[in-house]
Amino acid sequence: MKETITQVALENGLKVLLKEIHTAPIISQWLWYRVGSRFEKPGYTGISHWVEHMQFKGTPNFPAGLLDKAISRDGGYWNAFTYLDWTTYFETTPADKIDLALSLEADRMVNSVFDENEVNAERTVVISEREGNENEPLFLLDEAVQSSAFDKHPYKNEVIGSIADLQNITRDDLYAFYRDHYNPGNAVLALAGDFDSERMLEKVRRIYQALQGHSVPEPGNPREELLQREKKIEIHGPGETTYLQIAWRAPAAADDVFFAFTIADSLLTGPASLNMFGGGGISNKTSRLYQRLVEKEYAISVNGSLQATHDPFLYAITITVNPKHQPEEILALLDNELDALRQAPVKQAEIDRAAKQARALFAYGSENITNQAFWLGYSEMFDDYSWFTRYTSRLAEVTPEILVDTVRKYLNREQRVVGIYYPDGVRP
Amino acid sequence: MNPNFIDPRSLPGPEDIFRQILPNRIVLLTRSNFNSSSVVVSGYVAAGSQLDPLDKLGLAHFTALALMRGTARSDFQSLYDRLESAGASLGFGASVHTTSFSGRALAEDLPLLFATLSECLSQPVFPPEQVSRLRAQLLTGLAIRAQSTRDMAALEFDSLLFPDHPYGRPEDGYIETINNLTRDDLVAFHQQYYAPAGMKLVVVGAVSADQVFELAEKNFSSWVTDNANQQQSLKAVKPPLTSITRKVIIPGKSQADLVMGTLGPKRKDPEYLAASLGNSILGQFGLMGRVGDTVREKAGLAYYASTSLNAWIESGSWEVSAGINPGNVEKAAALITEELRRFTTEPVTQEELEDNQNNYIGRMPLSLESNSGVANSILNLERFDLGLDYLQRYPALVRAVTREDILGAARKFIDPDKLIIVSAGPDGKVNGKP
Repeated sequence: MKETITQVALENGLKVLLKEIHTAPIISQWLWYRVGSRFEKPGYTGISHWVEHMQFKGTPNFPAGLLDKAISRDGGYWNAFTYLDWTTYFETTPADKIDLALSLEADRMVNSVFDENEVNAERTVVISEREGNENEPLFLLDEAVQSSAFDKHPYKNEVIGSIADLQNITRDDLYAFYRDHYNPGNAVLALAGDFDSERMLEKVRRIYQALQGHSVPEPGNPREELLQREKKIEIHGPGETTYLQIAWRAPAAADDVFFAFTIADSLLTGPASLNMFGGGGISNKTSRLYQRLVEKEYAISVNGSLQATHDPFLYAITITVNPKHQPEEILALLDNELDALRQAPVKQAEIDRAAKQARALFAYGSENITNQAFWLGYSEMFDDYSWFTRYTSRLAEVTPEILVDTVRKYLNREQRVVGIYYPDGVRP
Repeated sequence: MNPNFIDPRSLPGPEDIFRQILPNRIVLLTRSNFNSSSVVVSGYVAAGSQLDPLDKLGLAHFTALALMRGTARSDFQSLYDRLESAGASLGFGASVHTTSFSGRALAEDLPLLFATLSECLSQPVFPPEQVSRLRAQLLTGLAIRAQSTRDMAALEFDSLLFPDHPYGRPEDGYIETINNLTRDDLVAFHQQYYAPAGMKLVVVGAVSADQVFELAEKNFSSWVTDNANQQQSLKAVKPPLTSITRKVIIPGKSQADLVMGTLGPKRKDPEYLAASLGNSILGQFGLMGRVGDTVREKAGLAYYASTSLNAWIESGSWEVSAGINPGNVEKAAALITEELRRFTTEPVTQEELEDNQNNYIGRMPLSLESNSGVANSILNLERFDLGLDYLQRYPALVRAVTREDILGAARKFIDPDKLIIVSAGPDGKVNGKP
């Protein structure tokens, strides 16, 4: 991927990335903070996400209500996301309207109010968001598997937090967390679209130069490597459908082996997309596990999930079980398929195919300026921007030998969590 | 106020959308975008779920999904191997009026995408073992649907708003009707209703119009059938005569989903644009409009609470949806009803109108930046017969809507005392939570 971008670090620590794209009169701004569930202490799960909600409640300069109207009035759209390693805020607007988005992000970096009444109203909103998630069997299964796959690392918790913590967190807890993590020294500002980089940089300097920055220390989480034994968990809930999820420790995104792992995932469960906005995906019907499990009518669907994270997280395969079969049968077939990958060399052509699929997915995602700006900042949260620019070439560099070594090291029976969601009444 | 001026010439229009009709009556539309390296293909044939017999609901949907399970030329395996190896995608799905398709590929693979689309539409063979496999997948999909508070609330809402009408029936059918369907039903449905007449095909991306027309002729002109478009006008729908409240119990869930509303305009009704702007004020603009402000921001009752206007060919619906703690459903429904009452008794403010007009016009470049965004817009121009210059006329049409137009549209369609109100969720308290 050849492209020119401007990368600058301001004196207060704010890292700025700019990419000019002149295909449409649009600019997308993303402001990333190194804060997410990885930074949360026991008793405070969900606090990063709740702070994100409070960032929409206004500052003295941009009171609540005015903020959302201001962006929408210009035809823009905006939102925010909180994840394991990061929290990010974005606005995509007509190019001549970006100044407002620039000002308001800088303003709410330091001036959000966190009004007590707003905090309490938002408590029920966040709890309602969690209750909506709890309606989904796969949320419940994910949560149980994730919790069982870590000993102490905060990756064991769902980003949304536990109901108990959401009921106990106070306004002062939220505000202190905000003050600790929101400042230029802990942020990356990424802009892509129809602007002149030099002029844009001037604007950014003008807006941010008065803000004090400090870096935020790493949370000092214990690094959790491969699981030491197989764990099996069962959960029960409403419905008629059985789900099976198998999770192994995955390498951190900055680890070289992550790219071999990405190819392994692609061969097993189909190509995954890094596109957050538009672009769509590619079906996985020729993947090894679809062929073995769905085409043979043991399963209804199969999907893989590999996340790019700062610390080693999880690789999970989730299977919707065909009601005529038992999850244990499927697990045995999956093990056969993994054995095959471990024993027989993969053809180079299969790796090349996975790399071409990744290139196609990037081409689809590149049409969208919001996506392009997202990509600029995203990989800074667990590595740096070169991780992204070298993504497809590093996939293409994976050899059959590296691939086999990776599967042998990571995807073993004794190093995983097997979780099963049984609908009530199916199994006592 | 900023008039957010957009040069109409920068928007897709008759100068750069090319339209051609093949001898077999397939309508082709294309617009080039050489800033991207890919192409998007989308369109439909006139074979929708309105043609499903009542005891075979889900037939159009089942047929659509089975098209890619094997053709006279390729089996399931080789069909998907071809697409996935190229990083391309293609899919089909049925709605009430049409069976639609969409696909994308790198520009160099457009011939592959066209060839695959053509053989799936004209020569599917519905292999028995694939039909049986697909049936099991559909049945599991329906079992999952039965557990979705959101899906079940929407299903019940549609059936109450459109009684004895295709708009009130699920395109994906019911467990009994999917079990009833045979391979012969799929074959017959395809033979009887799939036809080039009534088919629209839109291509947007890094390809010239000439290339598109040439490739289309090569791949689609040999498809000839005797089928005329057999879709008939649907019977007229009437608004609810009284409020109807229904609760769908799904045990063991944490949250209830609420869907309430009434009929809305057709896409071609003169009130459509006023209703659409009004809907934006009511439950879209900013953080979900007035309804979001009342239910989420002020009362803290829901994570989401918004409105939607679904304007179809023969009618439409105007809906409010919210995810609510089961103990708060009635409270939320009462707050929403009051918002609807205000919306039908007072005109929106001038500021609200201008904000939303600016939003509608300002967001046009955003919705048209990707190939799929442009393809969807062009397909809608054709579907609703709006004219190739519609997007260029659109800013002026939006500016022409007045506060009185919005109040008029609100009053015409919404009677806050005659609403369909459906919630789906657990019965009473869950896990000791209020």
